[in-house]
Parts: sequence; structure tokens; C-alpha cells
Amino acid sequence: MGKVGIIGVGQSAFVRGYPGSIRELAFEGFKDAMQDVGIPTKDIDASIICSAPEYDKQRSPAGVFAEYLGLVPQPTCYLESLCSSSSMGLRFAYSLVKSGLHDVVAVIGFQKMSEISSAESQERMGRGADIQWESPFGTMMPAYYAMYARGHMEQYGTTLEDLALIRVKAATYGQINEKAVYRRPVTFEMFSDPESPMSNPVANPLRVGDCCANADGSSCIIVANEEKAKAFSKKPVWILGLGAASTTVNLAGRDLFSGLTVAQQAGEEAYKMAGITAKDIDVAEVHDCFTIAEMMAYENLGFAKPGEGKELIKAKETYKEGSIPVNVDGGLLSKGHPIGATGGSQIRTVVLQLRGEAGEMQVKDPEIGLVHNIGGVGLYGNVSILGR
Amino acid sequence: MGKKKKEVDDRFKRFGTVSFTSITKINDFIDYLDQGKIMGTRCKECGLFFFPPRADCYNCLSSDMEWVEVSGTGKLVTYSKLEFAPIGFGDDLPYAIALLDYGDYKMFGRIAGDVPEDEIHAGMEMTARVNTLPNGQLNYVFHKA
Ligand SMILES: [Zn+2]
Repeated sequence: MGKVGIIGVGQSAFVRGYPGSIRELAFEGFKDAMQDVGIPTKDIDASIICSAPEYDKQRSPAGVFAEYLGLVPQPTCYLESLCSSSSMGLRFAYSLVKSGLHDVVAVIGFQKMSEISSAESQERMGRGADIQWESPFGTMMPAYYAMYARGHMEQYGTTLEDLALIRVKAATYGQINEKAVYRRPVTFEMFSDPESPMSNPVANPLRVGDCCANADGSSCIIVANEEKAKAFSKKPVWILGLGAASTTVNLAGRDLFSGLTVAQQAGEEAYKMAGITAKDIDVAEVHDCFTIAEMMAYENLGFAKPGEGKELIKAKETYKEGSIPVNVDGGLLSKGHPIGATGGSQIRTVVLQLRGEAGEMQVKDPEIGLVHNIGGVGLYGNVSILGR
Repeated sequence: MGKKKKEVDDRFKRFGTVSFTSITKINDFIDYLDQGKIMGTRCKECGLFFFPPRADCYNCLSSDMEWVEVSGTGKLVTYSKLEFAPIGFGDDLPYAIALLDYGDYKMFGRIAGDVPEDEIHAGMEMTARVNTLPNGQLNYVFHKA
């Protein structure tokens, strides 16, 4: 069996309050990917629709999308692993293609978080964890990640200033990413300015500036077997390694609070499958739903030793010109985080980087890239390694 | 003449400020909270202890459980004080969610509102006690040991 390649990538702009229906939103990401690869829709043999269902009014969006995108009568299904849904979609597309069951599979991620009212959305956020044993205490995503931030600070002496540097980097690139929802500059000083919203506490120690924003958006990744990839694409990007893991939902079942075990585990698996180490990664997209999440990713993926992630950002090693550029598209912090679309957007960025088509965000001549996509509070982890 | 309504055991709806679960096989947990006791379950087949309590053992697949009271003190692992709350929790603000490590198991809950913020630090010894919320619901909160 041959290699499995990515031959087309696309995404909609990530926006607040998308002025259309979910099928129209999905169309935008799909169209972008189909124009990227330049093949007719009939060449797609199956589709996987990825999102978090609690935001959808439509029951079983897969059928609706397949119809709207012209992907019937091919098989389609819905796949969910919270915020890592479309990276999980890539994993399943890989296995469908590698097994020979299908030649070309489309992974379509989407989320219209504004599909429901913000009050409803907030209520669902409170249920994004163990609803029996945690949610009754009044939990929220920022508070959970804040518990990890505190764990990291206690363990390694990481500071709020270190975390602010990560947001400043994200904003540096968010300003030049026309698909990002947040495109204004963010300065280090804003975090100590009580007049700036960036400094407002959300769930201590995390502040507004440490958190990504909700957004509406869609993404699409077209996966193909080696033969079709070479036939359809001048620059296929190959899937070299895939890793995935889960852990307990309830924090009471976990032992590590200065890192995410799912990221460590998925990263190790992906490196092993690709036959490489962290040193071989030229460009990375990591799941920075919060600044602390990017800090932990540096360490969990082996870009830095545990506790030394802060040295990477202080030395600007994760900037475009650094030794390991991370989230040079602005990350979730700038792009926004439309749950089901996020992984596909991360994959798109790395594919464009490897093709040398990332424009102003282009890193110098990368050969191997990595995507780190986390679902829930470190509940699900997917790491994908891609190469030219 | 009408059919007698089937009794629904939904005691668990009393857990926490807002409970998202009402029917569970470990509803007796709520009765114990009423008695001021925080209970876990132990598998009678293999001896594994669970907190939070479970009706079923993943280790040996037995559902033969006994209740065991959680006692002693735990170490504060980590916590966060919330400035915003989900719908239904706004009246509780500000409050801190936290995790206590009892050695063999951990407990997710809240820090008691009367613990001064500047005295809260990771590693401190705390003890969990049953708490009745202003809306009459039950939970447990962590006090300085
Ligand atoms: Zn057992």
C-alpha cells in the first residue's frame, strides 16, 4: 500500500455571526479546497463531516451537507471529538484511503457557534466536561485551563508575563491573516493596563488576552491515495505520522496538571510512525485555545523540555524566523476557534507552508510540519505530521 | 381511576447549584450528603475504590458495590477563581473550583467561600465538607484543614 496525501485545503474566513446557514458556511470551506485541488466533485468518493453537535440545530448535518455540496450518493457520516473533530476526521480519512476502501475522501469541519443564542452557547460551555460530577460546581473552559495554568506556574515558575508573550506572538500573525477573526495588534503592555480588555480577569490566573474567541467557520481537507494524489496534485503533501489519545474527563482521574498527557502520547505515536523526532519539525500548528495551552504544547511535543517552554517564547524561537515556528497564522487566539473547523484550518496552514504558498506568513523552506489539535480540556489529543 | 404514576427516583437533581443529571444508580449519594457524609464506592468483587462513586467497576465488570465514607484531608492540587459563570451559576460568583488530592483518589469541587484568597495555595491541606447552597441544593466545599 502506498502513501496517503493531502491534495486540497480550504477554509472560510473565521467570523463572528456568519450571515448564512450551516450548509452555506460549509460550502465556503469546501469550495476553497476544491478550487485549490482543481478536480470535479464527482472525484470525491466519500465525505466525513466534523463538528461539535451541541451547537447544531440540524440533526445529522452530514446528509444535508452531502446534498448541498453535491457529494451524494457517495457515503458520508458525522464525526465528533470536540475541538479536535477535524483532526480526528483526517485520521479516519487516512484509514479509509490506506485500506483501499476509498481513493479520495473530503474531511469537512464546521461550526456555527452563533447558530444558537449566546446564552444557550454559554450554558453548553458549562457542560463541556463531566456533567454529573464537575458541571454542577459551575465550570467553564477558561477555568479548567486556568487550573492547568496554575499547575504549570506552581511546577515551573511560569509567569503571566510569559503567557502574555504568546498572545503577542499570535497577534503579530493574526494581523496578516485575512481569514482571522481578531486582526488587531496586541502589545505586552496591554496585559498590565487595567484600561485594556486584555488584562481583564476571566478565571484566574487567565485574563481575556489569554483566551481565544468563539467564531463561525468551516474548513476542508481533501485526502487521496498515492496514485490519485500524484495524478491530481502538483504538490501533494504526505501524511507521515498520526497519533491520537484520550484521558479521563473528570480532572479527578488525572495526575498531571502542568501538561496534557494526550498531547505527549499522541505526539510520541506520531513521531514514531513518521520515524522522526521533534528536532525534525520545521513548522507547527498547536492548539492554543488559551495561551497556557500553547506553552504546554511546546513541552508536550518536545520542542522544549518540561518547564522550559517559556524560554522558547522569550527567545522568540517560535516566531517565523525562529528555530521552531509555531502558529505563524495567528493560531486559535487570533483566528478564532470554530470547534469543528479548527483542526482543518491548522492542517491547511501547515500544508500551505510545506508547499511554500503561505504568503506573508511563509516560513523559510519547511520540509516537515506538525499539527497538534486538542479536544476538550486535554480530553482528546491528535497529532499529525505532514511532509513534502 | 387513572393509572398510578410511576415513581421516578431523581434525587441526583439536588447535586450542585445546577444539576444536569437527575437519574443515576448512585442516587443514595444524595441521601448521604443530607447526613453530612461524602461517600465513594468500593467494588466488593475486586476491592477497587472510586471517588466520585460509580455503580459499576471497570476493572472486574462487577456492579456489586458498597458505600465508603471519604474522610481525612487532601492537598490542594490546583484551583481557579471565576469572574464569569455559566448560566444558572451567576449568583454564586465569585467562586473557586479546585482539585484535592487524597493520595489514592482526587476530588473535584469548590473552595469554601470563607477561605481568604491570600491564604489559598497549592499544596495546602484541606478537608471537604458537605455544603447546603442558598437555593437548597447540596454540594461539597473545601475548608482549611
Ligand atoms: Zn471490581
